[in-house]
Amino acid sequence: MDWLNTISRTFFDFDAMVEVLPQLLGVGLLNTLIISIAATILGVVMGMVVAVMGISRSKWLRIPARIYTDLFRGLPAILTILLIGQGFARLSQSVFGPSPYPLGIIALSLIASAYIGEIFRAGIQSIDKGQGEACRALGMSYSKSMALVVVPQGIRRVLPALVNQFIAIVKDSSLVYFLGLLVSERELFRVGQDAAVLSGNLSPLVMAGIFYLIITVPLTHLVNYFDNKFRTGRRRPTAPTSGLKELKELDAASPLITGSNT
Amino acid sequence: MNLTSSSSSATSTNQPSQDIEKFHGSSLELQNLTMAYGDVEVLRNVSLNVAPGTTTCIIGPSGSGKSTLLRGVNRLHEPKSGDVLLAGESALKVKPDILRARIGMVFQHFNLFPDHTALENVALALWSVKGMSKSEARERARRRLAEVGLAERADHRPRDLSGGQQQRVAIARALAMEPEVMLFDEATSALDPELVKGVLNLMAGLGGRGMTMLVVTHEMGFARKVADQVVFMDEGEVVEIGTPTELFDNPRSERLQRFLSEVL
Repeated sequence: MDWLNTISRTFFDFDAMVEVLPQLLGVGLLNTLIISIAATILGVVMGMVVAVMGISRSKWLRIPARIYTDLFRGLPAILTILLIGQGFARLSQSVFGPSPYPLGIIALSLIASAYIGEIFRAGIQSIDKGQGEACRALGMSYSKSMALVVVPQGIRRVLPALVNQFIAIVKDSSLVYFLGLLVSERELFRVGQDAAVLSGNLSPLVMAGIFYLIITVPLTHLVNYFDNKFRTGRRRPTAPTSGLKELKELDAASPLITGSNT
Repeated sequence: MNLTSSSSSATSTNQPSQDIEKFHGSSLELQNLTMAYGDVEVLRNVSLNVAPGTTTCIIGPSGSGKSTLLRGVNRLHEPKSGDVLLAGESALKVKPDILRARIGMVFQHFNLFPDHTALENVALALWSVKGMSKSEARERARRRLAEVGLAERADHRPRDLSGGQQQRVAIARALAMEPEVMLFDEATSALDPELVKGVLNLMAGLGGRGMTMLVVTHEMGFARKVADQVVFMDEGEVVEIGTPTELFDNPRSERLQRFLSEVL
């Protein structure tokens, strides 16, 4: 049983795991969540702009949105993060100070916004054309009908896809360590990796992995829950009512309103 | 033939003391209206006169351009040539949003906003287009819903309403904007049979109260009883136009005779 021992010492060294726990909780988890949530918020805002541009009737809005999406969706995340993080380090220094942390968030949000833009676009375009027509027939402008009726319905429809995107961002946030983070800025992966070097085995990284799963697995199930709820609707099953009941309701309406066609 | 709304036989509780709110329908005139989808002309040189407060029913086989005609009137689809006169003024010269606020439209599939309650469906355009305060808008929406018999369902969402109720919400939504003309695009075609009459009665009532109405319908009984004028269209053209008696009892064209023999 030598190999079992080796596995257990490499991946499940209990002491090493316990030792890294406070750092994972206090530093790693915190930073992973800050990076992911900030990148998601920025990504949702930018993604909405990209989506609305992408469905515009003007090609001067449509084409830039298309290029933007193709670019950031088509490049490997690590490449974008390095290009943005190192390429704009100077500029970032004068705005945010020496930490590459904000640039990492911005790079992640650029990638995210390309995906989220596509998610929103698909959602908005899946809304029945009659909705926009009904708005316009009431005298609403294109932008008003989008903002008040079409886009909110589209967003609701793509909520599960957005949660999936958040999961992807949580995982991609581990790439920010490439930019070189201060000790207090390290996210889960970097904390785990540093501890792994000290402990001489991979157990701290396994622990970091467990933390990722703690974030992502419940969210995956939340997606399924959402999906179910939206597919079957919020409807409580009700007993069918006879169409004849409705006729009484009409009769009860003011007789001054309905003319006679009987 | 004008239906007076107080002649309802629905209930015996007539209340003559209560004022019947009259609508002030405007005249509508189509002059050589031609409409196209791309290169395909689906409406050719259609001219039509609708006097204020009258009801015109448009009948005809599918693909005859009836719906397209309605969509040309409020410019959901821009006409290729010709003109539309609303109250004597060219509708093509005003901003489409302004024009559409003056013209109500009711669709075959209701097109209610599914995430809004019945009340919010009616109130939405009142505050967002007419600039009413939200409480004012809700107040008026409540009144309009009561008029179509849905006071108690104001807080239901469309999915919890029957087709007939949904269509009545849609009518209330259009009426709340105080339009000068109402367009009905096969408003009862998607309804369960027992609910059709309720909606038709409601429409007839509007005509009786002075609304100018342009009604695309397959309900020949409604056209015969309620219309002041019936238009028969086929292949993008007006084939025959006249009173219900003239068209239904005395169809002149062979095409109308064929059509009527199929639908009656």
